[in-house]
Amino acid sequence: MYLGRVIGRVVATHKLAGLKGVALQLVRPVDEHGESAGATVVACDTVGSGLGDLVHVCDGRESTYALPDPFVPVDATIVGHVEAFDYEGGSAGSAA
Amino acid sequence: MFIGRIVGTVVSTVRDPKVVELKLQIVQELDEHNVPREKYVVAADTVGAGHGDLVLFAQGSSARQTVVTDGRPIDAAIFAVIDSWDVDGEVVYQKEGLETLGYEPAEV
Amino acid sequence: MKIGRVIGTVVTPIQHPAYDGRRLLAVRPETPAGEADAGDRMFVAVDRAQAGIGDRVLLLAEGSSVRDVIGDAVAPIRCAVVGIIDEIERDGRVIWPASPAHASLD
Repeated sequence: MYLGRVIGRVVATHKLAGLKGVALQLVRPVDEHGESAGATVVACDTVGSGLGDLVHVCDGRESTYALPDPFVPVDATIVGHVEAFDYEGGSAGSAA
Repeated sequence: MFIGRIVGTVVSTVRDPKVVELKLQIVQELDEHNVPREKYVVAADTVGAGHGDLVLFAQGSSARQTVVTDGRPIDAAIFAVIDSWDVDGEVVYQKEGLETLGYEPAEV
Repeated sequence: MKIGRVIGTVVTPIQHPAYDGRRLLAVRPETPAGEADAGDRMFVAVDRAQAGIGDRVLLLAEGSSVRDVIGDAVAPIRCAVVGIIDEIERDGRVIWPASPAHASLD
């Protein structure tokens, strides 16, 4: 699981039935300084996040358990909206 | 999941019986700016995508979470065909023909 | 399991119900000697060891074992801090902490 910043969204109407109505966001993994920490991923959204939000992403098979239909081929899901992230020497959040 | 473009298919006559009925596509990864990465993956197609389509694919054990890949030796699956995406509010990609249908991505 | 260091806490008021207010930590993987593991990204993990910022910890990442620890087989939770490290020994020598509470083996 990691932190990421929502940088955009993906629209796909032709997809598996189990994913109907599930929003797809583009998420850039970030480190504690807000710097990019890996390739941008597409993640399902379960918390209604928006552009610029700092979010908590669950990856791997576990990510499917957050979805209405868990029998879907999903390997990344936003499971939390980060309001505050306090670390040694600073803090960040969705408003940052 | 990552965005990718279907650049080809794999034909393999000698293969595990559990892979026989699957349509295997070669997918080249794209970054969020629609720039190809030198990374390719062979993925099972679960939605009937075609050559040149921009698709979403999942990797790992999640890829077996479909009716067609369940219990099969598959570690990547295509599960959606992309209509459009945007980054920082700017449209990066829009599938051809959607505009003429009066399609508004913001309403989907 | 990985060796890591807690570098922060994460607060997510809007979260999947399985998290149920569980404390979330930001953990940076490290080498046994305590250097940042350059090849690894920062993890977010559920705290199962009452760890605090600065603690060196055991990070359980990626696997159903985390869901066993949590006690929920279908929770969308993949990483957990399962212990606080007191001492690390390598080739018979205590390499961390630098001045251990008791004498090293040689």
